[in-house]
Amino acid sequence: MPGLRYLLFLGCVIPYRLSSYEISARKVLEKLGVELVEMPEFNCCGFPMDPINHDLMLTLATRNLCLAEKQNLNILTLCNGCFSILNETNKMLEGDKELREKTNGYLKEIGMEFKGTIKVKHLVHVLAEDVGFEKIKDAVKNPLTNLHVAQHGGCHIVRPAKYLGHGDDPENPTMLKNLVRLTGAECLNYMDETECCGNPIIGVNEDVPFQMAREKLGHVKAVKAQALITVCPFCHMMYDLNQPRIERNFNEKFGIPVLHYTQLLGLAMGFPPEELVLNELRVKPAELLSQIS
Amino acid sequence: MSETQEYTPTIIKAEELDPKFKYKLSKMPGAEKLMLCFQCGTCTADCPISRFSDFYRPRKIARMVQLGLKDRLLSDDALWLCSTCFTCVDHCPQGVEIAGIVRVLRNLTVREKGVMPIVFKELASNILRTGYVYQIPESRHKRREMQGLPTLPKPNLEDVKKMFRITGSSGILETVQTFDKVKS
Ligand code: SF4
Ligand code: SF4
Repeated sequence: MPGLRYLLFLGCVIPYRLSSYEISARKVLEKLGVELVEMPEFNCCGFPMDPINHDLMLTLATRNLCLAEKQNLNILTLCNGCFSILNETNKMLEGDKELREKTNGYLKEIGMEFKGTIKVKHLVHVLAEDVGFEKIKDAVKNPLTNLHVAQHGGCHIVRPAKYLGHGDDPENPTMLKNLVRLTGAECLNYMDETECCGNPIIGVNEDVPFQMAREKLGHVKAVKAQALITVCPFCHMMYDLNQPRIERNFNEKFGIPVLHYTQLLGLAMGFPPEELVLNELRVKPAELLSQIS
Repeated sequence: MSETQEYTPTIIKAEELDPKFKYKLSKMPGAEKLMLCFQCGTCTADCPISRFSDFYRPRKIARMVQLGLKDRLLSDDALWLCSTCFTCVDHCPQGVEIAGIVRVLRNLTVREKGVMPIVFKELASNILRTGYVYQIPESRHKRREMQGLPTLPKPNLEDVKKMFRITGSSGILETVQTFDKVKS
């Protein structure tokens, strides 16, 4: 399979509301020599349908895997949800003959067959494992040595551990932290780093996710992080888009800008903030930007 | 929070129990290990949702499944509070996949009781109509063009429709009863 060439699985939520993530990701990946091939066609990864019908999820997910197999390309996702469902399905079908036959039975109806010939990777894995730290370090022209930030990698790039196979420890993940450090910024430790963002249930209950996010933002604030770095659109929305509401609900002030990792890396690579669409963030990173120019 | 509440033991009537329930469930992918739960409570202790909810307790779900309290489980809205963080799955000393069991129970609720939170019905209808789980407005497509982004890949709606049908999801969407929010 070709070196740094991937089928970009953009998913639904990024084009729906977070083009800042897509634009900054495309910019930094291009500069790092990663070639992105667009999906020839598309349907939702299946993640949102798992709660109501597991077989529907499997079929939706596997259809996307089959599209990638046809192109003989590994998939790159920017979203933890897409990554986890596509990767998990890929691994489950590889390892479970019965499930594979059942799913292929469904797929036969639409003229497709799962073969198990490609891999699914999240942006973080592509950067840490395929592009490699050396190459990223070389691309950092403007090290962000004045910054100290915190990261939230999210659940679905490390859990459940049995399907991951990417060598990061779910109890103490370090991949994203090391990637943050490559930008020159200090990556701070804080309490309960691996705690879930809560976004998956926001459609049925807002109270619990808001309390979870409030707690997280509080822990991030306690170590005086200047920003929180995410790699998932759902986590990002939870902490950025919802931050003003959380502040109002709990009568607390956080004011923590939440950047997509690709925006942080982009700044370190010397891209101007406008090109990385930092202006689209809900919590404005003005103070942070004043520290780096 | 629950520490301050007085403890009233739950009364379970023998006729409520479905002794075959656990065998049926343990054949479903994700719930295979349910019999191995020895009620240590690790899942509840480490569950982020349980910390903020008075009703959601994964250990209790595992016990109720073993006892065969099918009707209570399938009519309990709290099932929909699991955020699928998979912490319980990674921490269970017995390898029980609580998140998998919860998913199986949710699927059963939809199939057997014909009920689901309204948000899932909306998301499913979006996928059926557009291939995307959120309907991408025309303005977004235009904006992409202005921003120099490639056009979004087109869905194959015929295939999407077929996938809903062959997995038994289209019929359900027409008849399903919905509820709005779940209290925590
Ligand atoms: S952690 Fe596992 S064994 Fe312990 S109560 Fe939960 S499901 Fe049962
Ligand atoms: S997967 Fe669900 S039950 Fe398990 S710890 Fe996370 S929220 Fe709790």
